[in-house]
Order: sequence, then C-alpha cells, then structure tokens
Amino acid sequence: MTELSAAPPLPLVMRRKRSNPWGYLFALPYVAHFLVFTAYPLGFALYLTVHRWDIVGNDQPFVGTRNFQKLLRDDLFFTALKNTLIFLAVHVPLQIVVALALAVVLNGPIRFRTFFRTAFFLPYVTSGAVIAIIWTQLYAGDGLLNGFLKVLHLPPQGWLTSTTLAMPSIAIMATWKNVGYYLMIFLAGLQNIPPSLYEEANLNGATGWQRFWYITLPLLNPAMLLVLVLSTIGAFSLFVEPFVMTGGGPVDSTLSVVLLLYRNAFQFLNMGYASTIGVVLALIIFLVTYLQRRVVEQELTY
Amino acid sequence: MAAMTPRSRLNALSEPARQVLFYGLLLLAAFTFILPFIFMTGTAFKPPREVYQLNLIPHQPTTDNFKAVFTQIPIGRAVLNSVLAYGSITVSVLLFSSIVGYALSRLEFRGREFIFNVILLTMMIPGQLLLIPLYLLIVRFHLTDNLLGLILPGMMSAFGIFMFRQTFKTVPQDLIDAARIDGASEFTILTRVLWPLSLPTIITVGIFTFMGGWNDFLWPAIVIREQSLMTLTQLVTVYAIGGQSGGQFGAVMASSLLGVLPMVLVFIVFQRYYLQGIVSTGIKG
Repeated sequence: MTELSAAPPLPLVMRRKRSNPWGYLFALPYVAHFLVFTAYPLGFALYLTVHRWDIVGNDQPFVGTRNFQKLLRDDLFFTALKNTLIFLAVHVPLQIVVALALAVVLNGPIRFRTFFRTAFFLPYVTSGAVIAIIWTQLYAGDGLLNGFLKVLHLPPQGWLTSTTLAMPSIAIMATWKNVGYYLMIFLAGLQNIPPSLYEEANLNGATGWQRFWYITLPLLNPAMLLVLVLSTIGAFSLFVEPFVMTGGGPVDSTLSVVLLLYRNAFQFLNMGYASTIGVVLALIIFLVTYLQRRVVEQELTY
Repeated sequence: MAAMTPRSRLNALSEPARQVLFYGLLLLAAFTFILPFIFMTGTAFKPPREVYQLNLIPHQPTTDNFKAVFTQIPIGRAVLNSVLAYGSITVSVLLFSSIVGYALSRLEFRGREFIFNVILLTMMIPGQLLLIPLYLLIVRFHLTDNLLGLILPGMMSAFGIFMFRQTFKTVPQDLIDAARIDGASEFTILTRVLWPLSLPTIITVGIFTFMGGWNDFLWPAIVIREQSLMTLTQLVTVYAIGGQSGGQFGAVMASSLLGVLPMVLVFIVFQRYYLQGIVSTGIKG
C-alpha cells in the first residue's frame, strides 16, 4: 500500500488503460439487478405519486398533486402517524435502556455468559409474525400476563383491547423481540473501550456510576447513534405486529403508517395514493434520522 | 448523588448476598425472554381442556394439536417452499455478492467507486418505498403466486456485497498475484483463492440472508395468495389470524412452534457467527 501511494500519479491515459474488463463483467450482475429491482421501482414510485391507478385497468390518469392534497386532508394518515410516533416514543428509549443495561452486564465478569446471551438473543432470530401470534395470547384477557396480575392481586388489563394501552403493549413486545440485536451492537462498542481507561479511573477513586457516565457512555457514542437510528427506522416500519395482533384496532389506535399503506394498496387498490404514503414516509424517515445524526454527533464533539 | 443511596445499601450486603441478588435478577430477566417460548411449547402439547389454564407444563401431554395442523394446512409443502425460495436467494446472494465484492475490492476499472457509492446509497432506502412498485413489477412479469416472485427481487444484496468487499480487501495481494502468474482466471482466483479464505463471511452472509427471508411475512403476503405456494412463516401466520384454525388455540401454538423451530436450530448451530454479522452491519450504518 505504501509503495502505491509513494508512486507518482499516473497520467490519465495510463490510468484508463488499467481498467480491467473483468471488473465490468463482474459488476454487471449488480448493475442489471439494480436497474430492474431498485432504480426502476424507485422511479415508478415517484411516477405513481402524481397518477391514479387501480391496477385492474390500464387507465393511469395524471392527477398532479392531488394524492399529496388527499394525504394532507386524510385524518387516518395523521392518526397512523401519531400512533407510529407513540410506538416510537415507547419503543426507542426502552430499547436503548434495556439493551445497554444487558450489554454492560454481559460485558462484565459473569458466569453462564453463553446461556444468558442465547436467552436474550433468541427472540431476534424468530419471525416477528409468529412472535406476534404468541404474544396475542400472552396479552389476552384470560392470558398469562393477566394471570400473573391476578396472583399479585392486581386488576387485569386490556393489553390489546384498550385504546391507550394497545400501542404501548405492542411497543413492549417489539422491544423484547429486538433487544438481542441492539445488545450485540452495544456489546461490540463496549469491547472497543480500552480497559486502561477504567484502570486509571479506578486509581482516581471513581465510582461505578462515574465510570459509566464519564467513560462508558461518551465512548459508546457511535454504537448509541447506530442503535438510535436503526431502532427509529424499525419503528417507522411497524407493520406485522399490529397486522397480526389487532388489525389496527381498537378504533384505529394501533393503525401504523405502513399498515395504512398496505390497506390502500391491497384492499382499496389505490396504488397512486399508497405510493404517496410510501414516499412521504421515506422522507420523514430521512429527516428524522438526519436530525438524530446531527444532534447526537454534536454531543460527541462539543 | 441520588444513585448513592441504593448503592451504599447494596455495599452493606455481604459479597455472597450481592452475588445471589445479581444472578437472581439476571435469571429473572433471562426467564422473561424464554417464557413466551416455554408457553408456546407447553400449549402446543396441551389437550383442549387445559389450553386456557395457566400451567406452563401440560398435565396430560398430547400430540393431537400437531396432527390437527398437519391435516388442516399443507405445512410440509410450506417448509419446502421456504427452503426452495430462501435457499435459492441465499445461494444467489452468496455467489453474486462475492463476484461483485471481488470486482469492487480487487479489480481496477472506471466507475468502480461510483458503483460502490450507489450500493451504499441503496442500503439507506426504506423498504416501504419500493414495496408497491416492486409488487406492480412482479404483477407485470406474471410472477404473482410463483416462487420466482419471492426469489427475483432478493437475489442481490447490498449488505452481502459490502461484507465480501471488506473481507476480500484484507487478503494479501501476493496470494492473488501468485495465482495470476500460475495462469488462473479471475473467476478461478475468486473460487479457489478467495472463497476458502472467507468462510466466516460466507456463513455470516448466508445465515443472515436465509433468516431474513425465512422470517419475512410482508413480501410473501403480497406476492403469494395460493395456499400451496405459501412460505412457512406466511402459512403459520395466515392459519392463526385467518380463521382456518377455528380458534383451536393449541393447534395455533403447535403451528407457531413449527414455524420458529428451524431458525432456532440454525441459531444454535451457528451461534458465534451472529455476533460477527451484527457487528458488521454496524460498520454499514
């Protein structure tokens, strides 16, 4: 590598000569797949936002900004957006706290590490749809969770039947399901922190909490940002859990944006409007994760 | 400072007592993560009259629920569909990711950096954005109710290409030069020199691709309507929520157990590769 960088820059003509035809040949499958299954759909998604199409006929009239106007007047869209944000507000902080706590514990000198790691990771490798089926029963009126409450002499809860409780219930389940993934990201971050920093802090008489606040947390910033961004994207993608557990109810209280998109596309066959929801959701995701990057990275460089 | 009070109280405990408390809490946490699986497994083996009781272990275990599942839905066929669809996707992703990854890491050509940047960009596109146009494309290709409708969009993976590119970058140039001097073609270098050196990456990309497909519900639910072509995850979910199970709760749990079992087994066998895979997705973000 050093030899290469030390060599004088090649004239452009010579550099061009070094193009290896095998390079083009080997990159070709990606380019072809990208054009058909990513670039074209992306373009078509944008095309659909200014057209109306019911997929049954060939008629695709141009409607200008009418899909966007409809979205701004669609109470259901704002309900779905609000519900998704409630999910996000419960899920993301809970996910960060639980995953980080378990990662710190697993990073310490503990016995049966493999057993605990396996236990925390197990839900992540299984299907979200099937997990949702199981939890529907745990959350049921006569289910296991209310059974526990009864033992503790607490009143039973309508986990999935109360309009205020249903979305937080789903958020708790999603946190349980994904904790293994985020825990591993934190664990990798923790293992990158040089032990010498802790030794020095110990010599200066720092307590466990001080070590956590002044060493672990600041040095974990890249992992924190990653977990924040990924769990936010995951939250905006919420679909299968409400689809399986509540169908969006009770009274649309668990209707997520993607569930609304799915309904418009595959029940009402309104491809143009559904695509508009998809484009707007993507823009919201870009905006929110961009802001997260800005804010969290600023904290790092204060 | 507020944290000092419980902490000093903890310090007042003797060391063995603190250990017991620590492991007690940790076991409780681990139990919380395993409990739903125990509940599912227990219920799957319960006779109907026990199903709504809260005992985790059935008093009189029965395999009737599994018999009901096997007679009511084509679950063997669904396993076959899943293995076919996601096996093909996994093989394709491994093959093409390593080919493209080789070009991007070891072959000089104009536009290489541009292609790599496009790949990085595509990893940031939210899936919901492409959901509808991709479905319309599959309709246009007449590939609904066809396993190819599941397979084709998933044959290439930006994550896979990225992983192989990073791995191949670490291979010493001498090894590749030596093979070239021996007259090896670029494809031979890939299969004979680079593949054997990249086994952990092959396994990691393989299990993540396979698992991601296997556990997916949304895409099969859109592309496949015909029951005999459904994937396992899809069929089990449709069985539970579509009314076909007729509220036989034991049978629903039995089919759920069959739905998650393959991925749990893959996880147990390949455990150590999961950590590597997640750490690498970390680099990607």
